[in-house]
Amino acid sequence: MAKIPLVHLAHARSGDKGDTANVGVIAYDPAHYPLLVEALTTDAVKAWFGPLVLGDVERFELPNLHAINFLLHGALGGGGTRSLMNDAQGKVFSTSMLRMEIEVPDAVAEAVKGQGRVPEGWSPASYGAGSPS
Amino acid sequence: MADILRIASGQGFWGDDLDAPVRQVEEGPIDVLMLDYLAEVTMSIMQKQRDRDPSAGYARDFVPLMKRIFPAVAERGIRVITNAGGVNPEGCANALVEAGREAGVAGRALVGRVEGDDILERLPQLIAEGHSLDNMETGEPLESILDRVRSANVYIGAAPIVEALKRGAHVIVTGRSTDTALTYGAMMHAFGWSEDDHDRLAAGVVAGHINECGAQSTGGNCLADWWTMPDMARVGFPIVEAHADGSFVVTKHAGTGGRVTRRTVTEQIVYEMGDPTDYITPDVVADFTTIRLEDDGPDRVRVTGVKGGPRTPFLKASIAYSDGWKATGTLTYSWPDAAAKARAADRVLRERMDRLGLEFDEIRTELVGWDSTHGALVGEPPADLPEVQLRVGVRGSDRAAVERFTRELAPLILTGPPSVTGFAGGRPRVQEIMAYWPALIRREAVEPGLSVDVLEV
Repeated sequence: MAKIPLVHLAHARSGDKGDTANVGVIAYDPAHYPLLVEALTTDAVKAWFGPLVLGDVERFELPNLHAINFLLHGALGGGGTRSLMNDAQGKVFSTSMLRMEIEVPDAVAEAVKGQGRVPEGWSPASYGAGSPS
Repeated sequence: MADILRIASGQGFWGDDLDAPVRQVEEGPIDVLMLDYLAEVTMSIMQKQRDRDPSAGYARDFVPLMKRIFPAVAERGIRVITNAGGVNPEGCANALVEAGREAGVAGRALVGRVEGDDILERLPQLIAEGHSLDNMETGEPLESILDRVRSANVYIGAAPIVEALKRGAHVIVTGRSTDTALTYGAMMHAFGWSEDDHDRLAAGVVAGHINECGAQSTGGNCLADWWTMPDMARVGFPIVEAHADGSFVVTKHAGTGGRVTRRTVTEQIVYEMGDPTDYITPDVVADFTTIRLEDDGPDRVRVTGVKGGPRTPFLKASIAYSDGWKATGTLTYSWPDAAAKARAADRVLRERMDRLGLEFDEIRTELVGWDSTHGALVGEPPADLPEVQLRVGVRGSDRAAVERFTRELAPLILTGPPSVTGFAGGRPRVQEIMAYWPALIRREAVEPGLSVDVLEV
């Protein structure tokens, strides 16, 4: 087994509802979805965020989209308009989640190495450039 | 009955790409243009504007936009459905009629106006009648903050939109319609779906959810392989190609930038999601765990299989109330030991505010460039961080204390740690906090008061 950051296995998007941040975690490869289901328990996620999440963590599975949705209660300093946080609407809680390290088989770790990160030699000039797909 | 109804998304919030709706109209075929301008906080901002000017209180960008596209829209029979009316659909519709005349479509266009979502004036009476409007999250009764309420609107569903379409309206302006109803209302009308056609309505809700945030489903703010996203300067906004059976394809105009894939669409589906089996709207409860996505060619994703259940007896009210004051200011500290300097400045600032006797409900310090997005998860900053921005915010019920805080940052430049810059923006601004109060209200208290008017341009 190897420990790797979630960012190699999944992408994510987050948003807010009141004082609650939501994080939807989506497996890049459906075959890896069971690994996420096993590793990203509510206890593990609550422990990972530590002082950033004052309330409970709720988890909802969406096997149809190989995604898991998390609700992080009490994470936004009182909610969008009251919050003093730079990330008052929880827009990048998703990336905090993707820093979490989880255990996967060595073969999986090898297969996904570098996934989710900008490849070597990439230049910012190529973002949004070129002809459409 | 149409075989395919093409519903294009042109705005994801008030402040979105001004040209996106124009591109949607000009760069390919569409039947409906939906423009979502409202977010939770937008209504209270609009109410503030209306307090100052009774003719304001709606998304002002919408009127000049319509002036540009009204001739094309009228010519091609495109229906425009928007919640741009905010807290003043009447003012918005009147301005729109005027814009239509100036754009030369007089006699050729009808404007539908939906009103009745605003319950601000009715709150005391509603409470007296037994509608407690308790806070959904905390359980507190509304009476505890009633004197501080600034706006109160009920999220309404598709029925008035369908009614306006039936009466021939080309452009429909609503107040606080749900974002998704702007899309599925058009489907209900085109395909003749009934109120208890739960699966099809739920499919419409999913289509609406994919449309409601503009380019967030076509590659904007998309994390998966973001560095490969093509031609983002001309990103195409989503278009839902809807079928009568509830299935639909998400796509965008050919030749536009961005990308539509299962990944971009899935990221939007999970955005701001709660319990996916229980996505509640005024017209239906959708189950997002039944959504099936399939590739359907380049920049095409097919959505099928969506299940829904009956609507609830309640509508959701969005109430905003004044809840004190806040201000946030920043200073930038430079290498060496940038973070140490910023933290020392924060300590001095707090001691000075203490000596002044300033009291706040919260003081928050973040180091932008180090911990402002991942908090304590990042550990201690390195001493060789080239620069860091000290960001301090305060919140409290005493406006004078918050105001005084805004005058205590600049003195740090000459009286605190060295190598500081980034203060050219002047003093921070004191902001009144409009807190959000979600509540449920029985639909019978609201729906009989909804009205649809159709105005000739």
